[in-house]
Amino acid sequence: MLTDDFDPLQGKMLSILDKDGNVNKGLEPKMDDTRLVHAYKTMAFARTADDKAVRLQRQGRLGAYPPSRGQEASQVGPALALDKGDWLVWAFREMGALLLRGVPLWRLYLYWMGNEEGSIFESEVNVTPSAVPVGSQIPHAVGISYAIKYRKEVKVVLCYFGDGATSEGDFHEGLNFAGTTRAPVVFLCQNNQYAISMPRKLQTSSPTLAQKACAYGFKGIQVDGNDVLALYAATKEAVDRARKGEGPTLIESFTYRMGDHTTSDDATRYRLADETAYWTARDPILRFRTYLERKGLWDEKREKEWAEEASRLVEEEVRKAEGHAPPALDDAFVHTYAAMPEDLREQLEFMRTDLPPKKEG
Amino acid sequence: MAAMNMVQSINLALREEMERDPSVVCLGEDVGVDGGVFRVTEGLFEKFGKERMIDTPLAESSIVGTAIGMAMNGMRPVAEIQFLGFIYPAYQQLVSHAARMRNRTRGRIALPMVVRAPYGAGVKALEHHSESTEAVFCHIPGLKVVVPSTPLEAKGLLTASIRDPDPVLFLEPTRSYRLLKEEVPEGEYVLPLGKARKVREGKDVTIVGWGAMMPIIRKAVESLEKDGISPEVLDLRTLAPMDFASIIDSVKRTGRCVVVHEAPRTCGLGAEISARIMEKALLSLQAPVERVTAPDITVPLPKGEHYYYISPERVAKGVKRTMSF
Repeated sequence: MLTDDFDPLQGKMLSILDKDGNVNKGLEPKMDDTRLVHAYKTMAFARTADDKAVRLQRQGRLGAYPPSRGQEASQVGPALALDKGDWLVWAFREMGALLLRGVPLWRLYLYWMGNEEGSIFESEVNVTPSAVPVGSQIPHAVGISYAIKYRKEVKVVLCYFGDGATSEGDFHEGLNFAGTTRAPVVFLCQNNQYAISMPRKLQTSSPTLAQKACAYGFKGIQVDGNDVLALYAATKEAVDRARKGEGPTLIESFTYRMGDHTTSDDATRYRLADETAYWTARDPILRFRTYLERKGLWDEKREKEWAEEASRLVEEEVRKAEGHAPPALDDAFVHTYAAMPEDLREQLEFMRTDLPPKKEG
Repeated sequence: MAAMNMVQSINLALREEMERDPSVVCLGEDVGVDGGVFRVTEGLFEKFGKERMIDTPLAESSIVGTAIGMAMNGMRPVAEIQFLGFIYPAYQQLVSHAARMRNRTRGRIALPMVVRAPYGAGVKALEHHSESTEAVFCHIPGLKVVVPSTPLEAKGLLTASIRDPDPVLFLEPTRSYRLLKEEVPEGEYVLPLGKARKVREGKDVTIVGWGAMMPIIRKAVESLEKDGISPEVLDLRTLAPMDFASIIDSVKRTGRCVVVHEAPRTCGLGAEISARIMEKALLSLQAPVERVTAPDITVPLPKGEHYYYISPERVAKGVKRTMSF
């Protein structure tokens, strides 16, 4: 068991693919070639989409946006371990995972452009909407997994959150509850080293975040968060355990946020350039590409073709999002309750006459 | 005196109170090294150090709960919640302890503490960054709720809040942070809590507002004047305890009242103000009290925010409805 071999209390971190793309053969997970290539293409596509979102924000075409650059393995790797029908619960910096699960990019752009329709995901995708208050989605994941267990389904919930969330009450309460229910949930903490300006080491005195699992009676493991193979392997083991009714696992993905907290933030105010350089040398996409090239699954030509294709697809998704109809006045009212109360209907009718002529949204 | 915006005047008030009183400390997420996500605490970490500018873990309940403990033991903490929409994990601490400690201990333990939080819409922000839920806190006996509307007001009101013997929720209108600059004096400048400010004398109608609504009301008044209407304008400044006497006094003279708030209508403060006027000035009224508020809906994301946010046109229409009643 990886969780036994890589005990966070012993200071061990799981790593399979090192920063130069060398693989630890003894730990290399069994994944078919198509899946590996799909994972790579999703990570590369996620980065293109993420860079585009930042540019759109700078151009005033998208609102405040939390960049994912550097966390592509951390997002995509764990989600690779899910099957159809499994659940994905996220916060707000998990674009790669959502894309892998089949959420169309234009929906995500639409959300960040400030349209509620960007939170509509097709029901078969089993992806929750974003949860902006930090850590607040964690108990939801526990409830979803409880319902799975209650109905005796063979499904799991993968719940993402960040290092900052581990200070919130909802994290502790949620993990504690999950420990008691032994419900099928995997907690995936993307430790990107900062909660806005707060460095991880000031967030908690625990040497690792993974070891917090011990207090709740289940396993925790710290994983190189820029190593997609390690993340897949650790999550697969946790998912299998959950499916067998053996309860939750906490995985700490040790990664780095290359960009700002959001486009409203300026990370140069609280971190040093040489730190960013250290992590640039540990890019999750580059090392995975090297691995695939050595396996003969990828090459310069395919890279160039996919880069062009990804850019083209991203532009298409931008067009789709920007072409989406803005919300109507009614849209702001009709989803308040299942049935609109009479008083609210009167307020809506009043607003039709009281609002000044329509401005651009 | 220097011209400054509200971010700068709040910073000045914090700096001067920290210089004056070593028991004053600031705590919250990103308030130290980063200088606050709105730069409100810029430079204070360098000046006062990490013991007094405390970067806390990401935990709102602990920020407020810890501030309560500090206040119980001789300090005057100024806690920051990054956005009002993130205060709810701390709601228990505010309601169950901050608001009650004085009463619980028959006055033996007071909590001289401030919780600062930016609030309000009109800035095209993400979900949970636009709410105006002041009424939720005004309903709790024992909490004071203060909302400044200009840079100068912010300095005087925050200084008073820090010196106040009771817990104060100090709500800063995000939309007004950098909206205008005005002369703000260095040194002692304190405004009383619990007193409204008469922004403008008028004879036809009393318009009541606070915070980010004041610039909107000012624009509405400009257009109303052109139509020959003379509004009196009150900036409440303190929402709890509210200066009902000033409202009643004004309405008795004008005979009409329009309350403007960006919060939803139902159980908003407009309802309380309207009830007080009915109790104390019914026979002076020439029209029902008018409320210009947001509808009872979740604040829409940016693409639909204009359906929600109060415009000067809506305020002017509301005033005209009372005038033509």
